[in-house]
Amino acid sequence: MNSTHVRATINGQPTEFLCEPRHSLLEVLRDVLQLTGTKEGCNDGNCGACTVEMDGRIVPACLVLGVEAEGASILTIEGIAEGSALHEVQRAFLEGAALQCGVCTPGFIVASKALLDRNPDPTEGEIRLWLANNLCRCTGYDKIVRSVQSAACRMQQEIAT
Amino acid sequence: MHWVDYLRPRTLDECLRAFAEHGANARALAGGTDLLVQMRVGRRTNGVLVDMKAVPELTELRYDALEGLTLGAAVPCYRVYGDEKVRQTYPGLIDTVEMIGGTQIQGRASVGGNLCNSAPSADAVPALIALRATCRIASTAGWREVPVEDFCTAPGRNVLRETEILVSLRLPPPPEGFGACYLRFIPRNEMDIAVAGAGVSVKLADGVFEDGRVALASVAPTPLLVEEAGAALRGQRVGREAVARAAAAAKAAARPITDMRGTAAYRRNLCEVLTRRALERAVQRAGGTLG
Repeated sequence: MNSTHVRATINGQPTEFLCEPRHSLLEVLRDVLQLTGTKEGCNDGNCGACTVEMDGRIVPACLVLGVEAEGASILTIEGIAEGSALHEVQRAFLEGAALQCGVCTPGFIVASKALLDRNPDPTEGEIRLWLANNLCRCTGYDKIVRSVQSAACRMQQEIAT
Repeated sequence: MHWVDYLRPRTLDECLRAFAEHGANARALAGGTDLLVQMRVGRRTNGVLVDMKAVPELTELRYDALEGLTLGAAVPCYRVYGDEKVRQTYPGLIDTVEMIGGTQIQGRASVGGNLCNSAPSADAVPALIALRATCRIASTAGWREVPVEDFCTAPGRNVLRETEILVSLRLPPPPEGFGACYLRFIPRNEMDIAVAGAGVSVKLADGVFEDGRVALASVAPTPLLVEEAGAALRGQRVGREAVARAAAAAKAAARPITDMRGTAAYRRNLCEVLTRRALERAVQRAGGTLG
């Protein structure tokens, strides 16, 4: 059984790893690279817990093969904060209590950040539509949506000042 | 998942040779949003995955006023709705690529994959039929073209032979007075499988339906082109009566089953409502009015 050698950029770092072609990017992140911030939920693309950014698009890491990451640039939850400074979306989730068990949270944060990168001032409807591929089974969505709105608001203020 | 080998051909020729060599053991991998799930649950047991995303012909998205749209079979949904020219020219296609899965799925899933997966509920397929799309199919033995309405043969099955692949879809340029629309019904707002869906197109000239096309999702073993609905429109004055007759023809042609998503009677009723509303929208997009 041969493993494949893959080179990718993960959270800005050139990274090399070995994986079997049947292994998902999610398995590679968690089991090979020990980046366990990305969570496994449904493992079939419905829940969004394993959301990562791949070449600028959010994707379910469970539906990407590790070998498909060759040459790609991947951003995971571990790459969202800058050092010890949390991203505004992370701060807003904490302050807005937009999480309970936390399994869905990394996926929501990666997805929300990607939304605000594209659309700094989304409407509530745009937030809910963008996050329709992310499921939360404890908090409910209102606190999550409000936290994204609050992060958007603060990021806009930062730009203005 | 069982052991698989992974190939990433860089040219169409290399890709076709891989399918010629591995035959039924090979499976095309585009976005993987259906395929990887099916392999994990053991529904597919192919030993060789051929990643189509490095082949230029499979990732081409090009509009030409004479030739129309060339949509590579592995182009993900987000590229289709992110293309301003395609948005303006084919709103009936945009309807579907914006509703397949959610944002993350749209980052991977392709229209060609939606077609090749050949689910009766595939949202992209009725829209493609309404838009008169054709499939460009290739193998090492050569090329052939198949209209999308003739592509699917049964749930999960289609006309592709073991050594053939879908390279691209070709959508003709919309003529003057053309409008299209796809609508589906799901009990949630997003992220669900169509209980029923209707893809339609119209061509209007001088207040008359010069042409019309209606195709349905989730109400037969394959996506269904309803010839009788098109016939009910053709030559008729643009108005609510002709639309109602086409919608009734769609209802009559539907052959749904009862399952967890809806009863057969409910689905037949949906076909009428969705066809009517989609036609109303298509007429509007064609610049017509229903009076």
